[in-house]
Formats: sequence, structure tokens, C-alpha cells
Amino acid sequence: MDFLFYLDDVFTPINFGLLLLGTIGGLILGATPGLSPTMAVALLIPFTFQLEPQQGLILLGAAYTSTVAGGAVSAILLKIPGAPANIATTLDGHTMATKGEGAKALQLSFLASAVGGLFGVFLLIFLTPVLAQWALAFGPSHLFWLAILGVTVIGTLDSSSVVKGLLSGCIGLWLATIGFDDIMGAQRFIFHPAVSGGINVIPALIGLFAIPQVITMFTKGRHKAEAEVIEVKRHPIRLAILEVARRKTALAIGTLTGSIIGLIPGVGGQIAGLVAYDQAKKFSKESEKFGTGHSEGVIAAESANNAMVGPSLVPLLTLSIPGSPTAAVLLGGLLIHGIFPGPDLFINYPQVAWTFIDSMLIGQLLMCIFGLYIAGLAASVARVPHAVMAAVVLGLAVFGSYSVQNSMGDVYVMASLGLAMYFLERFGFSAAPLVLGLILGPIAEANFIQGSMIANATVGVGSYFFTGWLNWLLIVIVLASVSYSVWMEIAQRRYTTKDDAVAKEEALP
Amino acid sequence: MTELPRNQHILASGIIAVVGATVAYISFTQEPADAFIFPRLISSVFAVLAVWTFIKAVMGRTKVGNGVSAAAMRNMLPGLIVTVIYIFWAAKALGFYTATAIAFFVLLSLYDPAPHGQLRTWIKRVLITAGFMAVMYGLFALLLNVFTPREVFF
Repeated sequence: MDFLFYLDDVFTPINFGLLLLGTIGGLILGATPGLSPTMAVALLIPFTFQLEPQQGLILLGAAYTSTVAGGAVSAILLKIPGAPANIATTLDGHTMATKGEGAKALQLSFLASAVGGLFGVFLLIFLTPVLAQWALAFGPSHLFWLAILGVTVIGTLDSSSVVKGLLSGCIGLWLATIGFDDIMGAQRFIFHPAVSGGINVIPALIGLFAIPQVITMFTKGRHKAEAEVIEVKRHPIRLAILEVARRKTALAIGTLTGSIIGLIPGVGGQIAGLVAYDQAKKFSKESEKFGTGHSEGVIAAESANNAMVGPSLVPLLTLSIPGSPTAAVLLGGLLIHGIFPGPDLFINYPQVAWTFIDSMLIGQLLMCIFGLYIAGLAASVARVPHAVMAAVVLGLAVFGSYSVQNSMGDVYVMASLGLAMYFLERFGFSAAPLVLGLILGPIAEANFIQGSMIANATVGVGSYFFTGWLNWLLIVIVLASVSYSVWMEIAQRRYTTKDDAVAKEEALP
Repeated sequence: MTELPRNQHILASGIIAVVGATVAYISFTQEPADAFIFPRLISSVFAVLAVWTFIKAVMGRTKVGNGVSAAAMRNMLPGLIVTVIYIFWAAKALGFYTATAIAFFVLLSLYDPAPHGQLRTWIKRVLITAGFMAVMYGLFALLLNVFTPREVFF
């Protein structure tokens, strides 16, 4: 029950202030179409430099939670999902809004988000220490395979093409080797002075997630947003609470589906919402009402996309493997404070770890309360023209990247990676495995070299890396995830992928 | 399924294959060899997957990636040019805040759907730019104490 011991820390004036700031800011950012949670968190990282580690994480964690929930506002009132995670919410939420039940849909979405989110954070609280204890037994060979597992699982599960997913992971791993070799001090792949110190993760993250969005906004040209914000009529919150309680099955399906999907590295919130929606429809007694403004659709989708937030951090905090692109960005937020997550995190930095987790718990409640009150304001922000949004994001990306080390080189790296990523995405490559490769590359290499040294002095490289049940378990999971994805691709029966989600979003009338 | 732009895929995967092969070549030829053990491992897989992707593109068997349409390219090109000039030249040459203000205003003017012929539109754009710059200055210069390049101008 360590989390109760550190709960007080969340309520210090600065920590609570940051939690409020992250929650309200996240709700507004989340409601803005084109600003994904990952991008919002990446753009916020430079602002955490001068904060204590737990303060920075509180801000980032609150923003992560609230951007996911805030996306429901524009999904319901504008029919534009604020984030891919809210695509499923649009299906019934917007129809409810057009029927004059906008307030009810918003209330249901925030209440369901809070229930799902709380369940997810409790899963994080109870699973993390157990896994962290187990992970203490990991040696260099296991950590090497774990890093490879992180890249391959995201590469295969997050991408529409297994080969392109793995190739993205390889590009990330290669980018991580640029700079000076830690052991020999040798120069590797330094083709420009801007990368002589290696590629800094923060500018890379900002570039990879923000610049493609900016360019995507450019591609829309001088397009006038035609979406109209639907007027929200008052609806008693008491009735919304009763409605959520009455729709227990949809709530349970959404919460459980989101939690399970969140635990699987690489399968993001956009998928959680859609899968939960489909499952809730399948198990509902009123399945024919789905798509016509049915409250169960909103409850299932929103509880799922927030339930995945907590579990998606379990692999990050226990095994230092980010389970999602946003978790990878949070890892960047930890790294700038010299904290490396993993099994030692709860021993060396218990206050940082538990205060962060506790803040997510309180953040879910704040998100629900503020979500209900500032939904109208958030919807107005959602009408900000693409032109303004693109220019603002570009400016923030440039200043944020520069402020990491006061270096123009970082800005060049950010822009170059961002431009390249836009075109790579257009050709079926995904940013998530590339980011994971970039972040996990140094872990994989350090443990590979360390393991090789131990192996050369003892049993030999082959035996060291390929024997022992834990090595084999990790190798089998790597092979299984690749084989499963290849089989699904060949059989053309691939589960709902990000591309499907985007296709569904584009198909919205 | 829509027809994927085959030539674009060949070009993109060709560039990646060249990068993969170059990385592999450097990894296997540079010294000291011990410093390149891990890059050799990575670059081997990188090169094989990149060549595989290129061959699939040449054979027209690419299944994902819609490429870039001519309309999208036309729309994005002015913004891309402004962005590249801003980041790779103006920010350092003119000063961070000056270059950002100019780039912000130009991008806003290029992509804002409001009619160019009205004075009100231009006043609104100037005010939005000024507001944004004030926020950026407050956040980065005053709050975070970031010292940005101040060359010809501020």
C-alpha cells in the first residue's frame, strides 16, 4: 500500500497546481483536432526542465489522461475526434448531440472515462510492484531481449505492414547508434555536426510527432472548417450518473477491454475504443440502437480509451519498455531528469514513482469534474483554424527543441526527422516503432555489449543469450508476435489497426 | 482498396534501401570494429528489410501507404518552403523571435481561409501573431530563461 503513503505529496500546493494545470490544459488540447495526446505531451516536455522530477511527471501524466478524455468533446459536439482514441465515441456521441442530448453525451463520456481511468490506474498500482520485483532478477541478456521485444512488438502490432514496422524499428535503432560509442569513444555515423553528440530523444520525439501533424494541416490548404458546434442544453448530472450505473455491461466491457489492450505494448487507445465499442454492441440487448445515439456506445468507447492509460505505463515503469508512443514520450520526460525507469525505480525513487501514480489517480477525478464544466470552452477551442494551429505547433516545436540544450543542432534534428517521418508515414511506416528503437537502442546495445563481455569470460555468447527459460520466454514472445502479425497479414484478417481506425475516421460522413 | 502510387513507393523504398545499404557498408568497414558490433547487427536486418521492401515496391506488391497526392503536395509546398527557410536559415540569421514572428505571420496568411482583401483579416492576423509571440516570450525567455540566438534582429 505504498501508494497511500505518498498520496499526501499530490496535495502540496505546487504539485496540485500542476495537476490542475495539466488536467485543464489537457482537456483543452485534447479537444483540439490534430493535437494527439502523444504530441501534446511531447510539446510539454521542455516546460518540465525546471521542475522537480515528480512535478514534471505530474504535469505530463495529467496532460496524457486529460487529452485522451478531452478528445470526446470535439468528437461529440463537432463530429471531429480530438484524438484517434475518440473515433468510436463519435459514432453515437455526435448522434446524441444532434438529438439535443449533447450535455448528456458529454457527461456520460467523462463519467465513463473516470471509471475506466480509475480502474486502469488501480491496475497500474497493483501490477507494477509485482512485475518490478520480478524484473529485479533480469540480467544483461534478458534486458537485451526485452529491448528487442519492445521494438518488435510495437513494430509488428502497431503497423499495418510487419516488414515496414520492423524496418521503422531498425531505423530507430540505427539512429540511436549515431554519435560517440560509449565504450571505445569511436565516432559512428556522424555525417553532420548537429548529430555529433548523438540524437537527443526530446527533439526527436517532438519532431516525429509534431511536424507530421503540422504538414498534414498544410495539406488541407486554405480549407475552412465547416464543423458547427452543437449547442449544449442543460442535463442533470444525477441522471447521467444513474444512466452510467444502469449501463453496467457496457461500462465493464469498455473498462476491461481498455485495460487489457493497454497492457499489450503497441496497441493504442484508438484500437481500445473501437474494440470495446464492437464488443459492447455484440453483448448488448439493444445492439440495433448502436450508431443511432445510444448511450452504451459512448460509455463503452470512453471507458475503454481511458482505462488503457494506466496499464500502458506498466511495462514502462517495471521493465523500462514503453508500451505506447505516449509512454515513450513520458520516458523522455523521466530521462531528462536522469531517472531511468525499470525495476530499480521503486527502490531508488519511490517518491517520484508513487507520487506520479497517485497524481494519475487524483487526475482521473479532476478530469471528470473539470471535463463536465469546461466542455463548452473546450469545444470553442476545437474551432481554432488549422492555419493557426499549424503555426502554433511549429513555433512550439522549434522553441521546445531549442530549449533542451540551447542548441540549433537539436532544432535541425527535430525538423529533419519530422519532415522524413511525414513522408515515411505516407508510405505505410509508423512513428511508434521508430521512437521505440531510438529510445530502446542504447539499452539494447549496452546490455548486448555487457552480456557479450560476461559471455566471453564464461559460457560463450551463444549459450549466454540463448539459454535459460527467461531468455527463451522473451525470444518466443518476439517470434510469436512477428509470426502472428505475418499470419494475420497473409490471411488479410488483421485485427483493427491504426490504419483501420484512420480509415473509419475518414469515412465519417 | 484504392490504387497505391507505385512509382512513389519505388522511389521512397529505393531511398530507404540506399540508406540501409550505406549504413550496413559503413558498419562493416569502419574501425575500430568493436565499436560497430551492435550497428552491424542492426544494419544487417535494416538492409535486408529495406531491400525486401524495395523489391516488393518494384513488383507492385505494396499493400499500405497512400503516398502523396498532387493536390496535397500543392497545398503543403508553400508551408514546407516557409518552414525550411525559417528553421534552417532565418532562425539563426535573423534572430529567433524575429524569424518566428515572420514565419508565423506568413504561414497564417498562407493557410487562413479568411479573405485576403479585407483590412479586418490582416489586423486579426497581426494581432494573433503578436499574441503568440508575447506568450512565447513570456514562456521561454521570462519563465524558462532560455537564451535564444539574437543575430541581426531580436
